Amino acid sequence: GVKNGSWSVLQVVEALGSCLENTDPRTRGRGIQLLSQVLLQCYSLLQEKEVLHLVLFYENRLQDHHLVIPSVLQGLRALSMCEVLAPGLAVSVLKAIFQEVHVQSLLQLDRHTVYSIITNFMGTREEELKGLGADFTFGFIQVMDGEKDPRNLLVAFQIVRDLIAKNYSLGPFVEELFEVTSCYFPIDFSPPPNDPHGIQREDLILSLRAVLASTSQFAEFLLPLLIEKMDSDLQSAKLDSLQTLTACCAIYGQKELQEFLPSLWSSLRREVFQTASEKVEAECLAALHALSACLSRSVLRSDTEDLLDSFLGSILQDCRHHLCEPDMKLVWPSAKLLQAAAGASLRAYHCVTRSVLPLLLEQYTKHPQSSQRRTILEMLLGFLELHQKWGHVHEDESPVLSLRASVCSVVFSALTDPSVQLQLVGIRALTVLSSLQGFLSPSDLELVVDHLICLALRGEDAQSSEAAMEAAGSLAPIYPKVFSGHMVPRLEEELQSEREEEGSPDRCSLRQRCLQALAAVSTHTSIVRETVPVLLQHLRKVQKGSEAANVQDLVSVCQSLHRVALQCQQDAEGCWYYHQTVVPCLLAMAVQAAMQESTQPLLCKALLEEEVLAAMVPVISAATTHLSPELAAQSVSHVVPLFLDGEVSFLPQNSFPCLFQPFEDGECLEAQRRLVALLMAFVCSLPRNVAIPQQERLLRELLALSCSCNCPFTATTAAKCFAGLVNKHPAGQQLDEILQLAVNRVEPGLAEGPRRTQALTLLLWVTKALVLRYHPLSSRLTDKLLTLLSDTELGPAVADGFSLLMAESPDVLHRGCHADVRIMFRQRFFTDNVPKLVQGFHGAGPDVKANYLKGLSHVLNHLPKPVLVTELPTLLPLLLEALSCSDRVVQLSTLSCLQPLLLEAPQIMSLHVDTLVTKFLSLTSSPTMAVRIAALRCAHALTSLPITALLPYKARVIRALAKPLDDKKRLVRKEAVAARGEWFLLGSPGR
Amino acid sequence: LIRSINDPEHPLTLEELNVVEQMRVKVNDAESTVAVEFTPTIPHCSMATLIGLSIKVKLIRSLPERFKLDVHITPGTHASEHAVNKQLADKERVAAALENSHLLEVVNQCLSARS
Repeated sequence: GVKNGSWSVLQVVEALGSCLENTDPRTRGRGIQLLSQVLLQCYSLLQEKEVLHLVLFYENRLQDHHLVIPSVLQGLRALSMCEVLAPGLAVSVLKAIFQEVHVQSLLQLDRHTVYSIITNFMGTREEELKGLGADFTFGFIQVMDGEKDPRNLLVAFQIVRDLIAKNYSLGPFVEELFEVTSCYFPIDFSPPPNDPHGIQREDLILSLRAVLASTSQFAEFLLPLLIEKMDSDLQSAKLDSLQTLTACCAIYGQKELQEFLPSLWSSLRREVFQTASEKVEAECLAALHALSACLSRSVLRSDTEDLLDSFLGSILQDCRHHLCEPDMKLVWPSAKLLQAAAGASLRAYHCVTRSVLPLLLEQYTKHPQSSQRRTILEMLLGFLELHQKWGHVHEDESPVLSLRASVCSVVFSALTDPSVQLQLVGIRALTVLSSLQGFLSPSDLELVVDHLICLALRGEDAQSSEAAMEAAGSLAPIYPKVFSGHMVPRLEEELQSEREEEGSPDRCSLRQRCLQALAAVSTHTSIVRETVPVLLQHLRKVQKGSEAANVQDLVSVCQSLHRVALQCQQDAEGCWYYHQTVVPCLLAMAVQAAMQESTQPLLCKALLEEEVLAAMVPVISAATTHLSPELAAQSVSHVVPLFLDGEVSFLPQNSFPCLFQPFEDGECLEAQRRLVALLMAFVCSLPRNVAIPQQERLLRELLALSCSCNCPFTATTAAKCFAGLVNKHPAGQQLDEILQLAVNRVEPGLAEGPRRTQALTLLLWVTKALVLRYHPLSSRLTDKLLTLLSDTELGPAVADGFSLLMAESPDVLHRGCHADVRIMFRQRFFTDNVPKLVQGFHGAGPDVKANYLKGLSHVLNHLPKPVLVTELPTLLPLLLEALSCSDRVVQLSTLSCLQPLLLEAPQIMSLHVDTLVTKFLSLTSSPTMAVRIAALRCAHALTSLPITALLPYKARVIRALAKPLDDKKRLVRKEAVAARGEWFLLGSPGR
Repeated sequence: LIRSINDPEHPLTLEELNVVEQMRVKVNDAESTVAVEFTPTIPHCSMATLIGLSIKVKLIRSLPERFKLDVHITPGTHASEHAVNKQLADKERVAAALENSHLLEVVNQCLSARS
């Protein structure tokens, strides 16, 4: 009633009068409880006068019997949320609480109430409370003293943090406040199982840390505590203290730290030198970093000693001599300590490197062994990397700059060292050095490039040559001039000078490397303009040679071109340049080759090999995907007429002996038809909003080609191209007509005749295109596929087709080439079709059952694992049945499907452990090697199931696995050894 | 097979420590015998027996039963070479060692945790 105003609070009090004054504390308690509940519901409606009276009443009641207190506190809490509380009342309430209530003896909930009263007042009456001065702090310290419950602690820590953050007067109670909070440090609390409050250890640790690190006033008490805890044996305590120290450094200054620096350093040093745990080490380094940063922050006064210098001095003194012993264990910890300290500020960096760099350089020359040199160089590299943090440094005092010459000579000597490991580190160092702007002089840079070329081309180890190319790639954008002026001509020269000793394997690999290196440096637009013509020229040259061996060459040029294309995709200008240069050139070469072959059918052109065409596909596709729609439209208006009408005018060197007409029938046009692959690469990679001229006609031609062509390559590419276009075609009548046309061609083709496979390929690709975009027709097509599974002739091919449907295809119909791919299409396909597959399996004849299982396992293999795991219980019996099927393809695909499942869903699998063990063991003696291997792998994977489920089978499995140990195939024996060893270890000690 | 066994004292494998080398392993498939010679890291290595035991157990577990195993120390590389060889050759002692759960634990540690 109070809420809607029909009753006033006064009336409630009067009505409760007898209750409130009852002599029995229980009755009184109940009365007050009722009143407090009322107040909690409607504290916002109270008048100022009412509040005053209530507060007085409640304060009075605090002296009452202990049974009453909880309700009184509830009431006060309600009042503390009141906005109309008169000034001065908050203070008096708190005073009363501090005086009258012995908080420690209350229950957790009531203590919590006290804390929330304080929090409420702190939120609304900050000024008044500050007027209390240090008394408030003291009162709170008393309240908080001895608190144990984590829930309350979180609130209490928050209050302390506010106390400090909002500048409440702490007065003489700093130490008390510190004591009352720090006694919880380090926090050792593990939440009880099924804890409903969800307080984690982490929460407490973080909030306590926030308190401890909130003021520098605590420093004199906290630092000794931290040092003590760092020396403790508990790793958690160590970590916590280190992290707290790091947090403290953010607000402390020199003054606070000064006294404790020596002991802090000795603790940190001990931990880093001795610890076995990487975590502790990392925290120590972080703390040292923070310390050093903190010291460098403080302003120097001329009369005081520079603490940073002396601190770093002691670090250097303790670490320097370890650096001289690259074989000893302490070398790395020392280097890491120094790097952590140096990384904190520029000043610290100068101070450390001034002493360390000359030492390292000197050590490098002193130690001739390459492994030692490697360690030293790696340390040097660490320091150089730190230098990058400050970017361009002008100051002459930088020790790195003053040592430039010797650093360079050390790095260059590493590059020419025979040890590969040293070379790799050298290359990394070189990259860092060169990325320091203004560090290397132009002549040095040329030297760098020389070294990189040398390593990339002549490095004996593939690893270092790869690293050199990568380094060149990352440096090229920084110094495009040097690379395009120096490196590209050198590589071009190498490519051309190869004539004299044709065919030797060395030349071959050198050529490969040249091509790779050219691709690798093409990371800047201006370099791309240099390298692309070189690559294309090389392509032309190789193509003219007529040997079969240069198929491989052509492919590798295409791979390099592809890499360049990927690198310049992000840059619109470079991309357009690339597209304009490369695509017409490739098309022209291909068309020309095809024409020559049409006129002289005996001359087989390497350029038209399927392999080469397949390598060109990604080049064109990558050059097209990132084009802007306008440019793409411009280019599509050239390419499509080329294929449809033989419009060759835009190609360079367009004087051809005869007409280019890939879609015409004719015996000698086979070669021209193959070029549909290039059309596919282009057309299917266009952005979806680019309109394709004469699309209708193009689609019809493709359809005809895919059904009628005898060459499987051409038919498949035509089908893919068709599918890629259909996938992007906007929905509507036109699309339906095209699809109807396709279905009409496919159905009779499938029924009989010599071209059943072509029809099936077309069907598969069209289905995929439609499944991807959730087209309604897709379900009809998949049903068609499902019925085809029972076809004895096409069944296996259809089953394999399921993997095509589910897998990501590399060249068309993926998101990269703007295809319409819905998310979750796999899940959808799964839920729609797997029941049908299962049904079909049960109804099928024995000779085609395998097809269903194969299709099923293809679908399962591509399904995201989480979905699969939830569906597993229903499918598992079927899979187990599949294991007993005699077809080895089915066995193999089922095993490969089960193996990851064993690792990922051990709980479900362990229900069937008996069947699994039996089947796997019997399959280990299968006549097919692949099945034996897969079965042994599964047996190995079995060991990840819960041990209790496995132990009954241990002896049996170990005995059974003794047989494949003597298998006649080495690969089988290897798997057997691994599996058996794992089974031996099951449940035995020391695992 | 045995190259990846961990050393009981170091975080390295026996191959990395040059305790076992390919030239000191002789396999005769026709007669079904395997002979392994291993070189302890130092002449007084107290772990020699344990290393030998680990090699032996690993081989027992990984080879078909038909093979007869012989694991012994490379002559002249260990102080108490003879005693250790005798221990390793004694089938009953090996079996007894494997009954000892503490020893088995150490051996299993050596054999597992290989990456």
